[in-house]
Amino acid sequence: MEFLDKFPDLGRTTLRDIKKSIDFAFREFSNKYGEAIEGFFDPLLYFMVWFEKLLTNAPWPLMILIFAALAWLGARSLPIVIGTIVSFVAIGVFGMWEDTMATVAIISVATFVCIGLGIPLGILMSRSNRLQAIVTPVLDVMQTIPSFVYLIPVVMLLGIGKVPGLIAVCIYAVPPIVRLTNLGIRLVDKEVLEAADAFGSSYRQKLLDVQIPLALPNIFAGVNQTIMMALAMVVIASMIGVKGLGVPVLRAVSNQYLALGLMNGLAIVALAVIFDRVSQQYGKRLQKHRQGGHGV
Amino acid sequence: MVSDIKVSIKNLYKIFGPNGKDMVQKVEDGASKSSLQAEHGHVLGLNNVNIDIPARRIQVIMGLSGSGKSTLIRHLNRLIEPTSGEILVDGEDVLAMSDAELRDFRRNKMSMVFQKFALLPHRTVIDNVGYGLQIKGTDKAEMNERSQKWIDRVGLSGFEDNYPAQLSGGMQQRVGLARALATDAEILLMDEAFSALDPLIRNDMQDILLDLQEELHKTIIFITHDLDEALNIGDNIVILRDGAVIQQGSPQEIVLNPADDYVRDFIKDINRARVLDVSSVMDAGSTDSGLDLAHDVILELAMPEMIKADVTQANVTRDGAVIGVVTLAAMIGGITRPVTKDEDQVTYR
Repeated sequence: MEFLDKFPDLGRTTLRDIKKSIDFAFREFSNKYGEAIEGFFDPLLYFMVWFEKLLTNAPWPLMILIFAALAWLGARSLPIVIGTIVSFVAIGVFGMWEDTMATVAIISVATFVCIGLGIPLGILMSRSNRLQAIVTPVLDVMQTIPSFVYLIPVVMLLGIGKVPGLIAVCIYAVPPIVRLTNLGIRLVDKEVLEAADAFGSSYRQKLLDVQIPLALPNIFAGVNQTIMMALAMVVIASMIGVKGLGVPVLRAVSNQYLALGLMNGLAIVALAVIFDRVSQQYGKRLQKHRQGGHGV
Repeated sequence: MVSDIKVSIKNLYKIFGPNGKDMVQKVEDGASKSSLQAEHGHVLGLNNVNIDIPARRIQVIMGLSGSGKSTLIRHLNRLIEPTSGEILVDGEDVLAMSDAELRDFRRNKMSMVFQKFALLPHRTVIDNVGYGLQIKGTDKAEMNERSQKWIDRVGLSGFEDNYPAQLSGGMQQRVGLARALATDAEILLMDEAFSALDPLIRNDMQDILLDLQEELHKTIIFITHDLDEALNIGDNIVILRDGAVIQQGSPQEIVLNPADDYVRDFIKDINRARVLDVSSVMDAGSTDSGLDLAHDVILELAMPEMIKADVTQANVTRDGAVIGVVTLAAMIGGITRPVTKDEDQVTYR
């Protein structure tokens, strides 16, 4: 009963040939176009380098002031502002200022890239059921495939550095904003859309006056999720040469430095909490008009 | 009462389902709503609807839920595409319009009030009222000025900067009404506009609408399932059942001559004395009782007059001239509730 004992697989030679030919084809592709693709991303790289330098070279009191101001603008909550200041001071005191600034830089850029790609894609998805049927499984794969797996082709193509790191972060972080933009627009009240049609809205007017504003709470939940997931990728991104808080964590793992790992890990947590609270509060403020009550 | 036709609906069919067009012939050959659904899996929305809607009057379209009235009103501005038929507005075929023409038509000619208000929750009252104007591209200053005028007109002065969620249902629908009026469209579609409001507020809104209509003379097409509402505001009433027109006419005609048991059952519980006027129960001739009643006095007011004057007959006059005679007995006959044949067996779905 050999047939039942061992799965009748393709056989070692065939399998090796298949893998070899795929590897070979991709390597060929990489050799041929790698440089061109890298060149395409050059402006992005320059921008990222410039932005990181801007954050790390700026005087620290100024940066803390800017963070506090942003927290105030977003959340309008004194406790959150104070928490922000305390966190950044503590990060500085424990010697993690530069790494933290580098992390903030890549998270910011990743978030903007994700918003820039994710919201338009989500809008397109909400318009077409067919596109939704195609994109949804792709997003599922992007969220579940182990990140190391897609690091391989990215590194083969672009080497190690900031741009491949950014791409890795975005692959992981973009799905929620796409999903929630799509969902938010699809959930917009049918009667309000009917009203927009009945008054003669063009498609553009309907999108800008009705669909996006009414979907905004969901879109904003997507932005919040995207930021959180980008932060979760900081350590993995540091494996392919992204500077920031991930680098010391990685070093701590390989050398069993408990304190170093803990400190940098907590710094990531602090960033996550600040980003989360500020963006959530901002999202809530966007919906102020939804509060009922007839009190005038 | 002769007036020009504003909207004309001709041989309109709507059949929901993948092969709606093929089903029209079956319906014309006499297939019923239920057989169409059971045998072909198609839903009959509208069945050969023909209505001429006069200009500057309130045309009520009424029926129970599922009778196709909301479907019908959405055909007028093509929120729903018909399966076959014609819709003419001022002689122009709405169904032949291109997308751009249709947008233009919706922006300028026909506006709509919705059952659940359908306001933009993220905009203040004044920006909601100005919504139709904004779509037309009116500049901000003029938009606000005109919106303010309509806000004042519907009695919402002082609430300009509130959000819809801060207003009661009745106030929200006033915003909806002001929004529809602000575009200066000649035709106003009202889809169960007051049905979501409680009865007192509903009466208020009906009065507001009648007040406005006295001044504006719009062509109003009003959908409702509430007969009292229909009789109160309608100049003409169309009754729909299973997507087909059962009866059309003035409120008086419908109350006096219901077309079938369905209509008879509808009007069974209404206050007939408030709908019928003396001319609807008068006979030819005249009397010397000494009491004159204008032809459009409703029976509810006319009967106490006769009791007070202690007469049983009165002259009916129009513009001062006697046009007939009315007796107390005829009035009582008029308000007697009609008997439905086989009352228990009448079922509606």
